[in-house]
Amino acid sequence: MIRTIGRTILGVVVLTLIFGIAYPVVMTGIAQVAFSDTANGSLIRVNGTTVGSKLAAQGFTGAGYFHERPSATVPAYNAMGTTFSNLGPTSDALRTQVRDQIAAVMKAEGPYNPGLRVGDIPVDAVTTSGSGIDPDISPAYARLQARRVAAVRHLSLSTVEQLISRYTDGRFIGLFGEPGVNVLELNLALDRIGH
Amino acid sequence: MTANGIAQILLYAVILTALAYPLGIYMARVYEGTISFVNGPLARVERLFLRLVGSDPEHEQNWKGYAGSVLLFTIVFTVLLYLLLRSQGHLPLNPDNLPGVSAPIALNTTASFVSNTNWQYYGGEYTMSYLSQMAGLAVQNFVSAAAGMAVLAAVIRGFARRNTSEIGNFWRDLYRSLVYILLPLSVVLALVLVWQGVPQTFSGHAVAHTVQGVTQQIARGPVASQVAIKQLGTNGGGWYNSNSAVPFENPNGFTNLLECVAILLIPMAQVFMFGRMIGRMRQAWALWGAMFVLMAAGVAIAYPAEQHGSAVLRDSGVNIAAGSQQSGGNMQDKEVRFGIADTALWATVTTDASNGSVNGGHDAFTPLGGSVPLANIFFGEVIWGGVGSGLYGMFFYVLITVFIAGLMVGRTPEYLGKKIEAREIKIAAVGALFVPTMVLVLTGISVVTHAGLASMYNSGAHGFSEALYAYTSQSNNNGSAFAGYGGLPFAANLGSVALYLGRFVPLLAGLAVGGSLAAKKTHPESAGTFRTDGATFAILLVAIIVLTAGLMVFPALTLGPIVEGLS
Repeated sequence: MIRTIGRTILGVVVLTLIFGIAYPVVMTGIAQVAFSDTANGSLIRVNGTTVGSKLAAQGFTGAGYFHERPSATVPAYNAMGTTFSNLGPTSDALRTQVRDQIAAVMKAEGPYNPGLRVGDIPVDAVTTSGSGIDPDISPAYARLQARRVAAVRHLSLSTVEQLISRYTDGRFIGLFGEPGVNVLELNLALDRIGH
Repeated sequence: MTANGIAQILLYAVILTALAYPLGIYMARVYEGTISFVNGPLARVERLFLRLVGSDPEHEQNWKGYAGSVLLFTIVFTVLLYLLLRSQGHLPLNPDNLPGVSAPIALNTTASFVSNTNWQYYGGEYTMSYLSQMAGLAVQNFVSAAAGMAVLAAVIRGFARRNTSEIGNFWRDLYRSLVYILLPLSVVLALVLVWQGVPQTFSGHAVAHTVQGVTQQIARGPVASQVAIKQLGTNGGGWYNSNSAVPFENPNGFTNLLECVAILLIPMAQVFMFGRMIGRMRQAWALWGAMFVLMAAGVAIAYPAEQHGSAVLRDSGVNIAAGSQQSGGNMQDKEVRFGIADTALWATVTTDASNGSVNGGHDAFTPLGGSVPLANIFFGEVIWGGVGSGLYGMFFYVLITVFIAGLMVGRTPEYLGKKIEAREIKIAAVGALFVPTMVLVLTGISVVTHAGLASMYNSGAHGFSEALYAYTSQSNNNGSAFAGYGGLPFAANLGSVALYLGRFVPLLAGLAVGGSLAAKKTHPESAGTFRTDGATFAILLVAIIVLTAGLMVFPALTLGPIVEGLS
């Protein structure tokens, strides 16, 4: 029996070395050589400074920028502590969250969209994302924000909408997933234009 | 629902089946040793490994010996993993300087990972060092999955063989599951995931100076290698707290498709593997049909429910209509790039399989949408189910169905030429009913104790749903959650009990049935044999599953999601 246990421990150690150490180390080696950009987090650099990751929201608030979806992380858009809101579909907390977000969107976009109604606000603008760092917004929410960004930056609406289209990631082979507008890439493109 | 959403789901099913069929044939040949390379020079490596662990390569085990090896293997891993988690603060590969894991969390996490569940009472990126993730948790992703696969191969041999007590060699089955099936698939999937944006690095977190001048820390690590095996091995435990909802685990529609296929690939392939190993593919298609119907029913409920949205969102007046500009629906705790169709599909398949990874928050699902994952898990993880455990769990229902059909037509029940007698039926009844009974008992305990009530995050009916989901998920080794639930140490310790019993009672019952059947002789089929390879049997099987498991969960569902949906 002692011998059997000893042999089993030996087996466990060997399996740990192969699947716990060798497998991830070899995969990292290949990944760092073949796909160094994505393997390190799809970081975006501007003038040598890392300004963020293509795959993480960072909490834009400026009037001249597109804003991301609400985030349930603490603090918001915390890429070290992703989380769901876990608010049940009938909870009062969810009701309050949605009401507050509607008010925030009306306040931010209302002045630039005369006659804006609650029914014009897309649902992703008032709901937290799954990760808390959803880098995308729906094309509908981007178009809602386009007038504000264009006005603040003194750009034509069509210029801004062209940029939205350029930074919209479509479905895989036109079928799988949903289109999303990458907010960081879009905002960086706006900054490159100036104003 | 949109045409695109329906097309995505249908095409997913086609791709999955087209990949699972050849894989199942391959797996059967690997376990049978009829594929050439298994016996070539590589056989020497296998024999070396078997000698190392003290297993005679020329020797097979009876079901008790096999079960003994599985249990000893698990106990050794349990002790080592617990010690590793507790002491990670003093060990290398800890660039973010995380302290040792607390005792209740370490105990629950150990139980969770050795039982192929991956329920997580912790946030990965801020609790586990790289060493714990890799040498502790990721190893379990491989070996707990492989142990389940090995057990299934042994149980199937019980159906296929006659007049013998031997059902295989655990260490050989384990080795072949790991080296010839899980590892190659994981390597390919991990590399594709890195290519598409999933990090794979040993540098610590990245630091960014954001456009608006804030410092943002971004958790990274050897993520892709772990995500690949957590999907393929029906493990489900993510690198990040929000699991595959996080863009770093699942960056786009392509990776979402791949990961979703990976969840069910091996469980579905095992159905075809079964057909091949018993030499009757029509029998496998009957099981495939029953499982497929149950899966399709889940998607057909969850997708429209989530698209319809929650009452809060509908009352608010915001635009929840699906269109070309947005996917609409209940987007709370869902990601834009997946939308409603992909999140509802994932929630269904991850709970059909005992995977439990999520690409959106189940706690925020609508009452009807959220009851689909709950009911799926409660069915005992037999709609494809976990790798290995799903199909041997399904065999319990198959035997019960054969037995009931036999009673109805007044014949001795037979399956694959084997007479099904009292002993097999008793074991099958334990295998099928033990876990759902335990779920109800544990949920009951949790809602009549102060500590249990304090573990709920939401209140009222939804709080009850959280508790029910927690013990359903852990007892059935799924690992997904209505993630608000959690309380230390009460909920963690009660969960540990559920995790171990839920894994090993059905596993031992499966091996016992396999051993019992292997010893029987096989009777030739006659005109009076009840056929188990057609649509009639598949429909009967679905009905038995829905009646036995469904009626057990229904009263509990009425107290949770159904009350909530009506209020």
